[in-house]
Amino acid sequence: MFDYAWLAQYWPVLLKGILVTIQLITVGAAAGIALGIACAWVRSLGPKWLRPAVTAYVELIRNTPFLIQLFFIFFGLPSLGLQMSEFQAANLAMIINLGAYSCEIIRAGIQATPRGQFEAGASLAMTPFETFRHVILVPSLQRIWPALCSQVIIVMLGSSVVSQIAAEDLTFAANFIQSRTFRAFEAYFVSTAIYLVLAILLRQVLIAAGSFIFPRRSGR
Amino acid sequence: MKRRQFLLTLGAAVMMMTPMLVPKAAQADALADITARGTLRVAVPQDFPPFGSVGTDMAPMGYDIDMANLIAEKLGVKTELVPVTSANRIPYLQTNKVDLVISSLGKNAEREAVIDFSKPYAPFFNGVFAPESVAVAKAEDLSGKTVGVTRGAIEDLELTKIATGDTVIKRYEDNNGTISAFLSGQVEVVATGNVVAAAILAKNPPKRPELKFLIKNSPCYIGLNKNEPALLEKVNAVIASAKSDGSLTSIAQKWLGAGIPADL
Repeated sequence: MFDYAWLAQYWPVLLKGILVTIQLITVGAAAGIALGIACAWVRSLGPKWLRPAVTAYVELIRNTPFLIQLFFIFFGLPSLGLQMSEFQAANLAMIINLGAYSCEIIRAGIQATPRGQFEAGASLAMTPFETFRHVILVPSLQRIWPALCSQVIIVMLGSSVVSQIAAEDLTFAANFIQSRTFRAFEAYFVSTAIYLVLAILLRQVLIAAGSFIFPRRSGR
Repeated sequence: MKRRQFLLTLGAAVMMMTPMLVPKAAQADALADITARGTLRVAVPQDFPPFGSVGTDMAPMGYDIDMANLIAEKLGVKTELVPVTSANRIPYLQTNKVDLVISSLGKNAEREAVIDFSKPYAPFFNGVFAPESVAVAKAEDLSGKTVGVTRGAIEDLELTKIATGDTVIKRYEDNNGTISAFLSGQVEVVATGNVVAAAILAKNPPKRPELKFLIKNSPCYIGLNKNEPALLEKVNAVIASAKSDGSLTSIAQKWLGAGIPADL
């Protein structure tokens, strides 16, 4: 009943899709978390005049669908003269999306920092930036790291919709194979399995990165 | 008690409806019947613009409706439009619910075995479209260009076969994606149906898609029952005169934004 003979012919398509998905989430996660840290700093400690703009950005992105954000960037922005490839558009959408969500996660970590830690930093003659970096940010990130890992995985799985703008990710590969072989069950079964493996691997990588960035064990 | 009553009612209803379900035997001469009846019953699409759709005033409109009215006018009878779906248009004809199927019907061997076809009355093809400034005349000219198609459509499969290695084919989920990609300049060339190209033209875009070359041609024919030589001859005569007096061209201009090809 099930026929996987197409794998012999189409595995390069799948492989290319996997690579594109990995590329998207690597760039998306790195830039998205960086954006999230910057926004979290503004929202909790940054200049007051900048806060409404960041709040507006975070609320706008968190309260609209990712697919619409993607369509807006890819099909909408060209009318304003901003043309980009489907890969750039997909990556930009992922960065903007993860930036907003991780901002709120990281801000929660910063707000959970005891007041005394700010004062401890000041009493060690650290500049506000040094205090933020060493005394506040790293322990905050450590506190919320599991939540942040989950968010990155959600964005990786959500990146499957970029196939809608013809970015050739893993979902595109599955749809492509399905439309050529009409082997829907097999094509989606294989791609589901690959997504599962990718998600598990990504979580392991992020946990490993966490124990590298935060070598000291927290009180948990 | 209640159940028995229900079953009795159901049985009675089925018995009353049975005569309606049995197809009437095909008449000897459909043309004579149409003239005697004073109406031409035509199966038209209700959900396939620009061939047939329902306007804001709930009246059917489109290429096929205009064609139906044209034929009825030439026969000197009134038109009775019967909305059909693409799946039931041939059964409607076979069960004699309609006299003609004017419903963007393509010809193939399976259909030819059960019904007759007139001469073609409407262009329907897949091709490569691009603005006038883009120089493309054959598949090799697409080399290095970015072409948008709808994934899995005939034009996708055909173009994938004929395109050279360095043609970039972007495959979108549906026709709307392909249209948006063309309008927003994400692709400069699209491979699609003339109906989709007409939909783009109807938006009056800055970049107008023009036919560069054909991928697959499958024009539309009027379908009618077998063994109706008088009706077939009459319908073909109407199509031929509509082609020569320009009325078919004006219908095509109105609904497809382009005239009829010379080989139709």
